[in-house]
Amino acid sequence: MQPQELVIISGKGGTGKTSIAAAFADYFPNKVLADGDVDAADLFLVLQVTETQIAEFQSGHIAEIDPDKCRQCGKCAALCRFDAIVTSESGYQVDARACEGCKVCVNACPHHAIEWKEAFCGLWKESRTAQGTLFHASLYPGAENSGKLVSFLRDKARKKAMDEGIPLILVDGPPGIGCPVIASITGAARILVVTEPTPSGYHDLERVLALAKHFQIPTHILINKADLETSYLKKMEDCAAKSGATVIGQIPYSPLFSEAQQKGQSILKAFPTSPEAETLRTIATILKQKMDESEAEGQK
Amino acid sequence: MQIAIASGKGGTGKTSLAVSLFLANRDRSRLLDCDVEEPNCHLFLATRFVSRTSVEKRIPLLNPDLCKHCGKCVEACQFNALAEAGKAGILVFEELCHSCGGCTFVCPTGALHETPLKMGAITRALVAGKAELITGALAIGHTETPSLIRAVKKTRPDPEVAFTLIDAPPGTACAFAAAVEHTDFVLLVAEETPFGLHDLKLAIKALQKMEIPFAVVLNRMRPGFSSVLEFCKEKNYPLWLQIPESRAIAETYARGGTLLDAMPELEESLRLLLDQCAEAILCNPRN
Ligand code: SF4
Ligand code: SF4
Ligand code: SF4
Ligand code: SF4
Repeated sequence: MQPQELVIISGKGGTGKTSIAAAFADYFPNKVLADGDVDAADLFLVLQVTETQIAEFQSGHIAEIDPDKCRQCGKCAALCRFDAIVTSESGYQVDARACEGCKVCVNACPHHAIEWKEAFCGLWKESRTAQGTLFHASLYPGAENSGKLVSFLRDKARKKAMDEGIPLILVDGPPGIGCPVIASITGAARILVVTEPTPSGYHDLERVLALAKHFQIPTHILINKADLETSYLKKMEDCAAKSGATVIGQIPYSPLFSEAQQKGQSILKAFPTSPEAETLRTIATILKQKMDESEAEGQK
Repeated sequence: MQIAIASGKGGTGKTSLAVSLFLANRDRSRLLDCDVEEPNCHLFLATRFVSRTSVEKRIPLLNPDLCKHCGKCVEACQFNALAEAGKAGILVFEELCHSCGGCTFVCPTGALHETPLKMGAITRALVAGKAELITGALAIGHTETPSLIRAVKKTRPDPEVAFTLIDAPPGTACAFAAAVEHTDFVLLVAEETPFGLHDLKLAIKALQKMEIPFAVVLNRMRPGFSSVLEFCKEKNYPLWLQIPESRAIAETYARGGTLLDAMPELEESLRLLLDQCAEAILCNPRN
């Protein structure tokens, strides 16, 4: 059986995506978790984690000039498109932060003076939590390539789910519409977009729905803080309809989310009888139904 | 002077602060929206459109008649943007291409040449007469966030305008680094929650590594919670502005208003905040 993968994204940051992911982590019984928001990996703060594995993640390579072999011809600097080769008193050097790892200079250097070194962008971790195995990471500050790391975490989660016959993978995705988001949704079974009724929330929702449509993934929208401004509901529904998505539910502006966070728990654990928790459980049930339906269809 | 407004995570009120800071200082600053994946500053400003320019990247184009199917280009590409496709020659996945020129360089037959492809746009608009807003917007499906940010930062300011404010993308990875690199000072917006504290620590680490001076603006202060406040005190990090958690601010924001609309009394503090940045920059021993 193929595990189904539900990815939670938001476009704009700060809509409550991670708090909702944490709530779903408490709701769904049997799943593997992945924190794909590697740039602000916060999911572990609301799950009690015990790290069982930790290793450096190799994101790619960077170039390094061997000053003993370099004859100062300048060919590499002329070809590098990323201004990553700089000159100083000691000759040509690679600015590791600017190097994109394209290897052009390595292939071009007539004196084979440029070494091709492995580059690491952060640590990846496998952790045990009461809610299931969690794959997460911490990126080194300013590091490149969070897209590759996100794909890597999803692969790990998928492998774990396959090996252990776990039917669901829950991914807390990154904000934005760039490379990490694309890496977090390609090939996913379903997307949940957590948005908010603000000009930025709406603007980013449009961009994120365009992206979901681009990759043809069934998408639902959850409006958080919905009562702040109710005039967005209609607009968001229209925008959803245009790209074949649906609004699956609404949650009011509520201080309970940050209070649950303060307790290091999801809102379902911290305030199980609150109306917010009740609504989230209903939404999760509908999502589950939809996923079961499409799975049944897939097997036909 | 270039001052970036950044935050380790999204949704801390960074854009609202950037826009308010810009409005309060519009006589002496311009604003660059470098959150190019989600550029939102214009949504909170009454702007007059001036011009738009496309930002292009270069992707390889194949002349199948010249291709000898040697596979050298595929081997050279470090970004999996090329694949061999039998008789058709090679396939280019343009969204994955980083425009490094490597394939064209190694092709022994001259079967590849580079052609421009639009990956984003830079829009120039005016606010309240003459204050300038420059917005970078990444095209859907493209991934060159850092290059587009650098292109936005290359736009030239009017020499009379003392401050360039930069709304940086959230996070601490390459996009954040591209937005804050070579700036003189960073204002880090943090919120008073456990997520907020965790992400603030990451952002500070990144800035310290890049040796860029910073100060913290604390948003969503709630009575009874003070973990970020205490953290800044303990580490002796400058905390220059504190903004309370308030449903009124959230509602104003939802209606398209800024922090300044919700709390007009902040105008004076926001002018002072920029003065403080300028003072810190001028007194920085690096300069
Ligand atoms: S191409 Fe090679 S030899 Fe020439 S400057 Fe670069 S590293 Fe030195
Ligand atoms: S690998 Fe590419 S980006 Fe890095 S220094 Fe060489 S040419 Fe420049
Ligand atoms: S230009 Fe560089 S990234 Fe683009 S296809 Fe060629 S080798 Fe790959
Ligand atoms: S390197 Fe040139 S000739 Fe060789 S496969 Fe690529 S395009 Fe064809």
